Amino acid sequence: MLSRSGVPTKKQLEAVKPAPERLAQGPVVIVECFQEIPCDPCYTSCKSGCFLPFEDINDLPRMDLDQCNGCGTCIGACPGLAIFMVDETYSETEALVTIPWEFRPLPVEGSEVTGLDREGKALIPVTVRKVRPSARKNGAYLLTLVVPKEYAFEVRSIKN
Amino acid sequence: MYNTEILVIGGGPAGLKASLSAAEKGALVTLVERDGHLGGQLVKQTHMFFGSKAQYASERGFNIATKLGGQVAAHPRINVLKNATALGYYEDGVVSLEVEKRFETISFRAMIMATGAQENTLLFPNCELPGIYGAGAVQTLMNVHGVVPGRRVAMVGAGNIGVIVSYQLLQAGVQVPAIIEALPEIGAYHVHASKVRRMGVPIYTSHTVLTAHGRERVEKITYAQIDQNRQPLPGTERELEVDVLCIAVGLTPLTEILFQAGCRMDYIPELGGHVPLRSDTFETSVPGIFIAGDAGGIEEASAAMVEGSIAGLCAAAKLGYGLDAYPGALAAARRELDALRNGPAGKHIRSGLEKLAAPGEVKG
Repeated sequence: MLSRSGVPTKKQLEAVKPAPERLAQGPVVIVECFQEIPCDPCYTSCKSGCFLPFEDINDLPRMDLDQCNGCGTCIGACPGLAIFMVDETYSETEALVTIPWEFRPLPVEGSEVTGLDREGKALIPVTVRKVRPSARKNGAYLLTLVVPKEYAFEVRSIKN
Repeated sequence: MYNTEILVIGGGPAGLKASLSAAEKGALVTLVERDGHLGGQLVKQTHMFFGSKAQYASERGFNIATKLGGQVAAHPRINVLKNATALGYYEDGVVSLEVEKRFETISFRAMIMATGAQENTLLFPNCELPGIYGAGAVQTLMNVHGVVPGRRVAMVGAGNIGVIVSYQLLQAGVQVPAIIEALPEIGAYHVHASKVRRMGVPIYTSHTVLTAHGRERVEKITYAQIDQNRQPLPGTERELEVDVLCIAVGLTPLTEILFQAGCRMDYIPELGGHVPLRSDTFETSVPGIFIAGDAGGIEEASAAMVEGSIAGLCAAAKLGYGLDAYPGALAAARRELDALRNGPAGKHIRSGLEKLAAPGEVKG
């Protein structure tokens, strides 16, 4: 259970997984935010209308994923580092997974690192395709990783 | 003797906002800060803040300190006394100070107490060994002075502070082999917990540290699972080699001067200990003494900032400043504060505040 382990349950993760049809269209955000806390930068940072207006600042984010254009602005704005992005259209066998990153030194683009799951367990080698500063310019970075498709919803961190 | 209209004690998030909001309404403010720099605990906060734009969401705490500290320092109606510790409150309404190692006094027409909080400690065998730190000290070492406390740090406490400092330790290249939490659930925002989990840090809820081992300094700890009565379960003891044990087991409001001033106080566990009774304008039972931030109850910095704004507004209004816009500004700030506390995460603070009587009320 998330409140005891810090790791979201399968059920929670299933609920925020975009539909296969949406995944087939290109990059889309995965918002792993499961606790009502007073926080709304995902909504206020999003320029594409993907995040719906908050009625109460404690609401969980609600999305219209068809509006997500994959810009990644919300990933760098989320104080909880709880937003990720998956692009399943990258290749036949691989997906792009974008994660927020606040560790230095930054991994080098093109290098191979170890993909970790939500418990920090080593899963599989992944390639760092892109390293870019967040749109918020707040010191957070976005790492885009090339990940075998079957791990696209498992890899959420790296060890470099 | 110094003289001011509004004395603000404490230059953290609440005190900075209180100073700005009172000065913007026209009051002359003196801000007294114990440290050599403004910002209080904000200067150590490297994580992005929650909340909304009004409370600087997505900005890092130390950047908020720079921003607010700069506004305060540049404000023509705010006089800042750094390296200045408030020592005591006297019956004639004077506060004594140590300023840059000199003894001074200050008189004022209203005072805003924004003294914040102090860390709680934990008692266990060998808890006095070198290498056992409070989380605040670890943050000061790392984030103010750029010094890591050790190589391998066990954390006690999975509240926001324990989990955030664990993450900061990881960022500094320090191993964190365990976060040990006595409660059955993680107190930190779950997103913070998920951040350290995916970096490989285990969180042991319903566990406690039993003892520390070491001759000159901590070398090892024993921890164990505990039952509902917080008693260790035999056979669950485990040992962990560490060179630092970091304690993050909550905060207690800093209220000595409020006690001295004769403010009516009540013990409210949900608010972290003894806190002053206060009106809906954040005035304590002693007219002219206002409260803001953690000194009035342990909460997030975002709430402390809004409370500071309200206390500044109300203290200024008490002296006749900013009366035209006062009701509207007060209502807007109150809505902001209520919104922050409105969800399940604010349940604790709401129930604490409900228990706290208004200064005029007699509690049954």
